[in-house]
Amino acid sequence: MAARPDSEVALAARVLSPVTAIGEATLEIAASIGRVALFAAKATRAALTPRWYFGQIGRQLSAIGFLSLPVVGMTAAFTGAALALNIWTGGSRFNAEEAMPQIVAIGITRELGPVMAALMLAGRVSAAIASEIGAMKATEQIDAMVTLSTDPFRYLIAPRMLAAVIMLPLLTLLADIIGIAGGWLVGVRVLDMSPAIYIQNTWDFLQDWDVESGLIKAAVFGFIVALMGCYNGYVAKGGARGVGRATTQAVVSSAILILAADYLLTSLFTRI
Amino acid sequence: MAEQIIPKLEWRGVSKRFDGPPVLADLDLAVAPGRSLVIIGGSGQGKSVTIKIALGLIPADSGQVLIDGVDVASFSAAERAQVFERVGMLFQGGALFDSLSVWENVAFRLINAERMPRREARARALEVLGLVRLGAHVADLYPSELSGGMQKRVGLARAIIGQPDIIFFDEPTTGLDPITASAINALIRDRVSSLGCTAVSITHDLASARTIADEIAMLHQGRIVWRGGAHELDTTDNPYVRQFVDGRANGPINADV
Ligand SMILES: Nc1ncnc2c1ncn2[C@@H]1O[C@H](COP(=O)(O)OP(=O)(O)OP(=O)(O)O)[C@@H](O)[C@H]1O
Ligand SMILES: [Mg+2]
Repeated sequence: MAARPDSEVALAARVLSPVTAIGEATLEIAASIGRVALFAAKATRAALTPRWYFGQIGRQLSAIGFLSLPVVGMTAAFTGAALALNIWTGGSRFNAEEAMPQIVAIGITRELGPVMAALMLAGRVSAAIASEIGAMKATEQIDAMVTLSTDPFRYLIAPRMLAAVIMLPLLTLLADIIGIAGGWLVGVRVLDMSPAIYIQNTWDFLQDWDVESGLIKAAVFGFIVALMGCYNGYVAKGGARGVGRATTQAVVSSAILILAADYLLTSLFTRI
Repeated sequence: MAEQIIPKLEWRGVSKRFDGPPVLADLDLAVAPGRSLVIIGGSGQGKSVTIKIALGLIPADSGQVLIDGVDVASFSAAERAQVFERVGMLFQGGALFDSLSVWENVAFRLINAERMPRREARARALEVLGLVRLGAHVADLYPSELSGGMQKRVGLARAIIGQPDIIFFDEPTTGLDPITASAINALIRDRVSSLGCTAVSITHDLASARTIADEIAMLHQGRIVWRGGAHELDTTDNPYVRQFVDGRANGPINADV
């Protein structure tokens, strides 16, 4: 009997502990959103104001853009091809299979081109940035840079942000073309459609805004990919393990943010 | 005491703790212009942290760092940048940029902060590499292709290239053979005696400390427990210094831990 108040306290604590945990987690999430926002503001400022390290920007343009070409190209080709098959089968249920080229075109340009290209970059580029900057942090190279009167935000972060924001739309444009070509190949080779009519249908139907809205998305996704890579690398703690964690974190967080931003932007664009 | 001289660099009441016991507890330390101060002390006593706080790489919990008598915290960003343009640092672990070649590492400040053309910067880098006894053949190698002692010397070259006013050396001779070490000691001494630099060095190598230092300070448990001229190292009866110099396992340093 005497133990009762005690056990009630213990019980209350047990019952409430998930609540406290959620409260703490919420605070932690709010704090990290604040830290990311601050980092993003500093990075943006460094990217938009002189001084620019053009050599570094050039290097990143090639590392982020050029070296991602094969990955993005292949992803787009297969996605376009598979999309064509799916829409053909689905469309045939209500005799709408002839609209396949148009639907593939709109699906690729407005949605899959930018999203697939961005997700590929989340895996390839965000991870590479996080591990490189994380390793530099762990071995005091970033501290050394500061002592050499060079701002790491200008020398390291800004070039990566700029390169990703510039290159992802270009890669997306390429993904659009290759994705539609993938659909065309399936249409012509597998489904016996006329090559000329397929192109005609796509071309007549597609509006500028379909492509443009996809490219705007891509620029935003590029910002996310570079930001998550840079941020997670920059705050990495604890040597090689910390760098490993930062890399995973960069990939996961940029993928989730890309998909969330995709929905937000889509709902914004479809209201126009 | 010539207290009217404004110290080139001063730590005033600096405290710092990470998760655990305090690393620095109300540390007071100063170096006069054109003098060479060596900080000695046991491993993990906060010597590197002391230097990083002076450089603004680690924020202190309390206390001030003054350069030429002015609190660093009161500088505007531009003033800060201007002052730290004349500060050099050799990191304990080298901290070389592994994506850049040796000469680009050494010339990093010239190319990226002072905007010197690359050809000229390379020539200057080769000159300074010569001072640390590294030949032109290493200039185009990458840090990962160098031995530990060579990396240290590249770090040293990078720290001294911009004609700095204040130079920090975190264990400049660790990992070097005796001949190279004495050349490095002479080089550091020369920066101070001929060029008028103010130097703050950390070392465990007492022979090196005797050569480099005008003054020596011993850091223990977050405070300066002894301070004196380089020659006093062997004559002082301070128990901390005696134990440290004699390398005895038992004494006040052991008892405190
Ligand atoms: N970034 C950091 N985060 C947490 N703790 C740190 C950090 N840097 C240093 N410390 C702690 O501060 C203490 C002093 O470290 P410091 O590197 O200054 O030692 P030191 O005197 O230079 O030793 P050594 O002679 O071995 O280089 C150590 O206990 C270390 O664990
Ligand atoms: Mg140290």
